Amino acid sequence: MKPGHGEVVIAEGDVEVAADEARLVQQFRRQLDAGLWAAVPVEQENGRREAMMVRSFEEVPRDAERVIFFPRAAGG
Amino acid sequence: MVLALGVSTLVAIALIAEMLTPQLTEAWERHRARRRRVPEFSFDPGRERRAEQTARELLRSCVSDDEWAMYRELGLIRVWGKYPRAHAGGEYAYLIYPHKPIVAYEPQTGRLLGEHCVTFPDETRPYGSSRLPDSDDVLAKWMALTGDERRLIGEANMHLPGRQVDPAQITRDLWRLSRWEQARMRELAAELNVSSQSNES
Repeated sequence: MKPGHGEVVIAEGDVEVAADEARLVQQFRRQLDAGLWAAVPVEQENGRREAMMVRSFEEVPRDAERVIFFPRAAGG
Repeated sequence: MVLALGVSTLVAIALIAEMLTPQLTEAWERHRARRRRVPEFSFDPGRERRAEQTARELLRSCVSDDEWAMYRELGLIRVWGKYPRAHAGGEYAYLIYPHKPIVAYEPQTGRLLGEHCVTFPDETRPYGSSRLPDSDDVLAKWMALTGDERRLIGEANMHLPGRQVDPAQITRDLWRLSRWEQARMRELAAELNVSSQSNES
């Protein structure tokens, strides 16, 4: 998410392909190092939708379609 | 005599230089700052509209159909609190508005509990502003609340109801929300009736 842009695709790839995974991990770390938060939208078995906050690439479910990065929260 | 005068002059020059150096340096820096080219970002309504459209699509793809309809029709999303025991055993929920505090309330009584003031500033300011599009702000709040409610509430500044959002407006929104839910339930019931009748026939 970016002001003036909305959604911006940072990287795409298949985690089952080693080269893709390495690139995704690199981009993931870069975003977190920049101070962003990361979340994976998930759907529960009862159909309820929610987000799963992740702090490392290992926490991202292998079947996740996407990870959304957004600026970290600050007291307003 | 000449030597003494020369030495005195040198000392005087050194002292004057010592006194004037900071002022000269500051004046030079000011001059350079005035001449420095500062990037200007003008508000571009087209760009902001496109950004908001992209943000709406992303929000729609993440939240449930009900939540999306709620946002589209009422301009807010309700998220249920996950820790009823922590709040005296009762249910509570949040109202998420774009670029306004998150409002906590008791659904059963309509009592307002507090405002959680939180922002998601992008300090890279790609177009001179740190402000996300409206729907991105809503999505950020939704993800942070549903993903880690305690962390988000911990980051937010909590205030009594009415500090930034007019309680009368929230009362109206809660009334609109209840009407909207009733209508939604009627629609679902009608759909169920139609599908059960078609199954019977």
